[in-house]
Amino acid sequence: MIWIVVAPIAAGLFFLVVAAIGMVRMPDVFSRSHALALTDTLGASLVLLGLALHQGWTLTAGKTVVVLILLLLLNPVISHATLRAALRTGLKPWKRGT
Amino acid sequence: MTGWLFHATLIVLTVLIVAYLYRVVRGPTVFDRLLGLNGISTKAIVLLVVIGTIYERVDMFVDISTGYALLNLVSALAVAKYLEHKEVAR
Repeated sequence: MIWIVVAPIAAGLFFLVVAAIGMVRMPDVFSRSHALALTDTLGASLVLLGLALHQGWTLTAGKTVVVLILLLLLNPVISHATLRAALRTGLKPWKRGT
Repeated sequence: MTGWLFHATLIVLTVLIVAYLYRVVRGPTVFDRLLGLNGISTKAIVLLVVIGTIYERVDMFVDISTGYALLNLVSALAVAKYLEHKEVAR
């Protein structure tokens, strides 16, 4: 019974750590955004899913799921707007050897 | 019973915010800083729900995190649209 809460939160924390390593180590803006997308789709949503399962069938668990869906909807919009601005100001994507 | 898990989650999220803060401070372009701030705000949203779970006041903290998510969208879109002009981003 406890593992249904522990397993999503531990998996989500693993993906958050991987995304943070990618955010520090990747070479340019576009690949860093690729690492950051892992945060929203797997990391934060798995942690919030575990927290919602911990609360049981209440209104608060529903609100937590609403926060999860908001993150899934809004973060791609933000990263798309940021990268479109980066591309339009003339930033070139990284290639090996340049 | 699962109190250790939530405290460990708090510690891991705080350490990860420091890693994103490195990208915000050291970012070569302004868009790196913007992406780093986006990551920090996502961590802050999760952090608020975890803090609410620890203090057993999730019904209050989850509303705060919803408002923070919407505010994050508006501010990030405004900054991104502002930086689309070539002269400003230099």
